[in-house]
Amino acid sequence: MPAEPPIDSPRRLFEAYELLAAGSTRPIAGGTDVMVAITGELGPIPERMLDLSRLEELRGISLEQGALLLGARATYTEIRRSTVCREHLPALVEAAATIGAAQIQNRGTIGGNLANASPAGDTLPVLLAADAVILVGGQRGEREIPVADFFLDYRKTALAPDELILQVQVPLPRGRSLRFRKVGTRRAQAISKVVMALAWQDLGSAGWKDVRVALGSVAATPIRARATEAVLEGAGPTPEVADRAAETLAGELQPIDDVRSTAEYRRAVSARILHRLLRDAGGW
Amino acid sequence: MPTRTLTPGTETVERALVIDPGQRVPGRASGFPLRREGPAKLTGAAKYTDDLVFPGAWYGITIRSTEARAKLLAIEPDPDVDWSKVVLATAADIPGDNVVSLIKDDQPLLVPVGGEIRHHAEPVALLAAPDRETLRQLKGRIKLVTEALPPVFDPEESDHVFAQYEVSQGDVAAGFAAADLVLEGEYRVGHQEQLYIENQAMIAVPGEDGGIVIHGSMQCPYYIHKALKRALRLSSVQARVIQEETGGGFGGKEEYPSMLALHASLLALKARRPVRMIYERHEDIAATTKRHPAIVRHRTGVTKDGRLVAQDIEVVMDGGAYCTLTPVVLSRGVLHAGGPYRCPNVRLRGRATRTNTPPNGAFRGFGAPQTEFAAETQLNRIAERLAISPADIRRRNVYRLNDTTPTGQVLRESVAAEEVLEQALGASLYERVRERTARDAAQRRGSGTIPAGTLRTGDDRTATGIGLALAWHGAGFTGSGEVHLASVASVELTADGRLRVLTANTEMGQGTKTVFPQMVAAELGVRVDLVEYAAQDTAEVLDSGPTVASRTVMVVGGLTILAARKLKAEVEARNPGVPFQEAYRDDAQAHGATRIDQQFEPYPGVVFDDETYLGDAYPAYGWAAAVATVEVDLDTAEVQVRDVIAVDDVGKVIHPILCEGQVEGGTLQAVGYATIEEIKLQEGRYLNDRLATYLIPTALDAPHIRSILVEAPYSGAPHGAKGVGELPMDVAAPAVVAAIHDATGVWIHELPATPEKILAALRAPDGGGARRKGAAAA
Amino acid sequence: MSAYRFLVNGAPAEVDVPGMRRLLDVLREDLGLTGTKEGCGEGECGACSVLLDGQVVDSCLVPICQVEGRIVRTVEGLSLAARERGSLDTLQEAFLEHGAAQCGICTPGMLMAARAYLDAGGGPDEDPIREAIAGNLCRCTGYSKIVDAIAAVATPAD
Repeated sequence: MPAEPPIDSPRRLFEAYELLAAGSTRPIAGGTDVMVAITGELGPIPERMLDLSRLEELRGISLEQGALLLGARATYTEIRRSTVCREHLPALVEAAATIGAAQIQNRGTIGGNLANASPAGDTLPVLLAADAVILVGGQRGEREIPVADFFLDYRKTALAPDELILQVQVPLPRGRSLRFRKVGTRRAQAISKVVMALAWQDLGSAGWKDVRVALGSVAATPIRARATEAVLEGAGPTPEVADRAAETLAGELQPIDDVRSTAEYRRAVSARILHRLLRDAGGW
Repeated sequence: MPTRTLTPGTETVERALVIDPGQRVPGRASGFPLRREGPAKLTGAAKYTDDLVFPGAWYGITIRSTEARAKLLAIEPDPDVDWSKVVLATAADIPGDNVVSLIKDDQPLLVPVGGEIRHHAEPVALLAAPDRETLRQLKGRIKLVTEALPPVFDPEESDHVFAQYEVSQGDVAAGFAAADLVLEGEYRVGHQEQLYIENQAMIAVPGEDGGIVIHGSMQCPYYIHKALKRALRLSSVQARVIQEETGGGFGGKEEYPSMLALHASLLALKARRPVRMIYERHEDIAATTKRHPAIVRHRTGVTKDGRLVAQDIEVVMDGGAYCTLTPVVLSRGVLHAGGPYRCPNVRLRGRATRTNTPPNGAFRGFGAPQTEFAAETQLNRIAERLAISPADIRRRNVYRLNDTTPTGQVLRESVAAEEVLEQALGASLYERVRERTARDAAQRRGSGTIPAGTLRTGDDRTATGIGLALAWHGAGFTGSGEVHLASVASVELTADGRLRVLTANTEMGQGTKTVFPQMVAAELGVRVDLVEYAAQDTAEVLDSGPTVASRTVMVVGGLTILAARKLKAEVEARNPGVPFQEAYRDDAQAHGATRIDQQFEPYPGVVFDDETYLGDAYPAYGWAAAVATVEVDLDTAEVQVRDVIAVDDVGKVIHPILCEGQVEGGTLQAVGYATIEEIKLQEGRYLNDRLATYLIPTALDAPHIRSILVEAPYSGAPHGAKGVGELPMDVAAPAVVAAIHDATGVWIHELPATPEKILAALRAPDGGGARRKGAAAA
Repeated sequence: MSAYRFLVNGAPAEVDVPGMRRLLDVLREDLGLTGTKEGCGEGECGACSVLLDGQVVDSCLVPICQVEGRIVRTVEGLSLAARERGSLDTLQEAFLEHGAAQCGICTPGMLMAARAYLDAGGGPDEDPIREAIAGNLCRCTGYSKIVDAIAAVATPAD
C-alpha cells in the first residue's frame, strides 16, 4: 500500500497557483505516472499533492485560429475520440492509441505526458514534430514554451516548480504531413523501444520544407534529429535521400542499452523506420 | 486401447463421464459440469488470501540483502527507533532448524549472523507492525553489516554442483562414425517468471496450543506442513495449513510458499497475533523462484535420409543460490533432452550448479521446456541441412510402440507421437503453407530477408513463416517419485449421507475442484453436484502429494476413482440388489460413515533404478505437436505469433473445456517464453523486476490457439489419463522459433527470440549465417 | 482527512480517509469490497479494474479525492439485478460456460473491462474485443475463451 501524502483539490486556477507557490507540491491529474511513483520504491515520496481534477479550465479540445488547442487534462481517450484531432492531427490520435490500454487511456492526460517528461512518452515526438507550444501558468503569469525548448534533461523540463501546464497548442500549417511510428515491447501496454514522428510540408519541385524528425526512447529526453532534418530539408523523398537520411540518423543518435532494448537495435530500427516512412511518402 | 482424436465442439466427444444430462448446463459446457467455484470467482465472492480479515492482524515484511554474496556480520536496528512497538525477527528467533525443508537442507529461512548471504534478495530479518505506514518508515532503519565475498554468476564457472546425471545407450562414438552428417548446436534459455496474477500471500495465525494455522496461496499444503514442523518444532497437529483460493501457481507456488509461511509464522509466534505477509509484485518478481536458465549443447549424427544415429547432449542449468527442486528439474530436463525420437546411440549429460542469483525452482514443464526447445531447434536445423521437410524428418525418427528410450525404457503402450504430429500437420496445412512461405522468401530481393542494406527497408514489410515442433512429457513424477510419495486420497460417505472427496490437491485454476467430483460422481453413478470436495486443509485431508507434475488428474484422480469403486462395492455389498445411488443415504443412516483411504500402488510393470537411472523413467508419456505461424516485420523484426495449432495427447480427456483451457494457457506461456519474456541481470540482480519491465503477452499479443485433444489412454491409470498441465509448455516455443526461421532465414539459438536478436542475426555479414554456425560435415 | 462521498454499485458510500488513498484500498479495506483485486499496483495488470462513471480504470491509480461525487461499479455490482434472482448476469454466465475464468484472480477486472466494452456498444468481432481487454493480463487462459465469452454476449440474440 503506497504512501498517502496530503492532497489539495482546488476548484479554481488561482487557488492552484497559490498552493504551488506555497512550496513543494506535486500535481496529479490522471495519476497514471504519479500513483506509481508514490510507493517510495522509485524515488522520494512527494510531501504534498495537488489534485487537478476539479480544474475545468484544463479540459477540452478545440480548434481556434488555425491551431489545435488541447487542455492539459485532455485524456488519451478524449484525443482518440475527438473529431478535430482525428481530422487535423491524426498522428496524435495514433500515438494516443498506443499508450497503455483502455484503463490508462481513460485516465492519462497529454499534460501529464509532458510533465512526466519520460524519454519514452509516446505523444512527445508528435508534439515536437508539430512545433507545439505549451502554455504554462502560475502566480507570476502565463507564458508559452515551444515544446522544442521544454525538455531539458532526463525527466527535467522548463516548467518551474510553481507553474502548471495549462494547454498544448498545435499549429496546423496548411499542407503539413505528419507520420507516427512506434516500436514497442509488445502490442498493448507497451513502452516504446523507439518512437518517431516525421513532419514536412511538400513544396513540390522545391522539395520538402520545415522537416521535423522527432524521436523518443533514444536519448535522455525526446529529441529532434537535426542533422537528419537538414538532409531532408529542401529535398524530396527519393531513394537516395532516404538512404542518406537513414544513415545520417543512425550516425546522429546515441541511444543506450537498457532493460527494454539495445543501443544497436534502437539505432538501426530508427533508421529503418525513417526509411520506411520516407519510402511511403515517396511512393516507391 | 485405441488412440482417438477429439475435435472440440463436435459430437465426437464422448460423454461417458457425464452423469446428469437433465441438469441445466447450457452453452459450451454442455454435458460437462461447470467450474465448481466459478460463480464465486465471477461475482467477487471468492476469498483469496489477501481478501481474508483477521481482527488484530499485523502486517509483516522481509528485510533482504542487497548484495549478491557477502558474509553477514551484524544486523543493526537503528538505536533511535523505539522497536518495542513492532516485532523484529531474525534467525536467532527460529525455534527449530533454520532450514526451508526440501531436497537439501541448504536454504535458511533467514541468514544468521555469521552466515553467508548468497543472493541479492535473500531474507535476513522480518518485521511486523500494526500498520503498513510504520513498516514503510522502519524498513530502511535496519542496517546489515556485511563483508563482501566474490560472487559467481556464470553457471559454467561455478564449482558447486547441485546435481548431475549421465544417461547413455548404445555406442555414441560408433554412431558418429557411421553418420553422414554431424551437426553441433548450442542453445540458451533465460529465466522465466511464473507470473501468477495473485502475488504470494500467506497469513499465519498463532494457535492456543503453541501451534500455527496458515492460510495462504499455495499448491502444496503438505510441503508447508512439513517445513513448519521442522523449523518451528511443531507437532503434526500444531501445524495446520489451509489453502485459500489461489490465483495461479504454475510451479511458482510449489516450494516458495514454504519460505513465506515460515516467515509469517515466525512473526506471528513472536507477535502473538495473526501476521499477514502479502508480497507486492516487485518483491514477488525480485525474490521468488524462476524457471532455470540453461545452456544445452547438441552434437547429432544423422544419415543422409535423416535418421538419427547418435546424440550427444550436454545440459547445464543455473540453479541459483540454493538447491530448491533443482535436482528434479535437471533430471526431467535431461531425460527429455533427446526429444521424442528413436536413436540407437545416445549420451545425455546434465549438471546444475550454484550461482549467486535468487534460487530457481518449479515452473510448468520443469526442465523439459528448456531441453526440448534445444532438441527441436537442433532437429529443425538438421532437416534444413539435409533439405528434408521438418515433418518428414520427424516421421522418420519419432517414437513408435516398442521403441526404447535413453533410459532403456521400452514404450509398450500409449505412444501417440505420430498421431499428434499428423493431426497438427493436417490441421495447419503445414506443407502447403510452407511451400507458399518458401515462394515468398524466394521472391524477396537480395538475401531473401533484408534486401538493401542494414539501415534500409525492402519492398516487403512483413514476412510470414510456419514452424513445427514435437514434444513428449513424462506423466507424473520422475522415476520412483510416486512410490516414495505413497499418496493417499479418500472418498467418504458421511454419517449424514453426504459424499465427499478428500485430497490435498489444490485448485489453482486448472479445475481440480470440478473434475475430482466429476470423476467420483461418474464412478458412483450419482449427480456431480451431490459430491462435495473437501477443503485443502491439513487438519481434514490426508497427504495425497503435491499439486505438481501434471499428476493431479492422472495419479490422484486415479486414486479417487479407485476409492469410489471400493466405496460403491462396500455399500452395494451391504445392500444387495440396490444400486449405490439408491442405497447410499439409507446405508449411511444404518451403518454410519464409510471412508475409503486409497493409497498409491505402483503402476504394474513400472520399474526404475534411481541409482543407475535406468528403467521406466515415467509410467507413460504425453505427446504434443505444435504448428505456429508468425508474421515478422522486416523493418523492425517485431514478431507477431498469429496462430498456433496445439495437438496434445493427454490419455483421457476428463473435461474438454478445462483441458482445452490448460492447452491454451500453456501454449501462450510458451509463446511468451519464445518471444518477449526476458530477465536481464546486472550483478546477479534482475533488472526486469516489475510488471512494467517483465512482460507477458496481452490479449493483443496472443495468437489464435486451436487445441486438438488426442486420447491414447494409459492402462495403468483407471481412467487412462496422463496429465495435461505441462505438455503444451514444452512444444510451442521451438515451433515459434522455427516459424521465425521460416519467415526470415535466421535461426535464433537463445530464448527469447527478441527483435533485437533477430535483427542482429539478419544484419550479420553473411545474412543469417547463424544457420551454418557450428556445423561440421563428418 | 476529509469525507468523500460517491456511489458504489448504486448505493451511496462515504469514507473519511486521506485523499490520496487509492480507490482500490478504499474499496477493499474501507468498504470491504474485496472482489476487486490487486495484481501489481502500477496499472500494468488490470486486476483492479473498476468502472468510474462508466469508464474502465485501474483503481490502483485513482486517488479517492478524484472519486468524490462519482459513480463506481465493481464486480460485486455487475449482477445486482441478476443476483437478486440468485443467478449470474449474462456476461458472467458466458464466462462460466466458456471456461473463461480459471484461477479467477484476473476475472473481476476482466469482467469490468468487458462490461465497459459492451456498454459502449462493442460488437462480437474479435479484434476490438482483444483491444478492449488488452489492459487486463491473464496468465491462465491464453485469452481465447475470454474473447469467445465476450463475443457470445455481444452477439445479438437470434
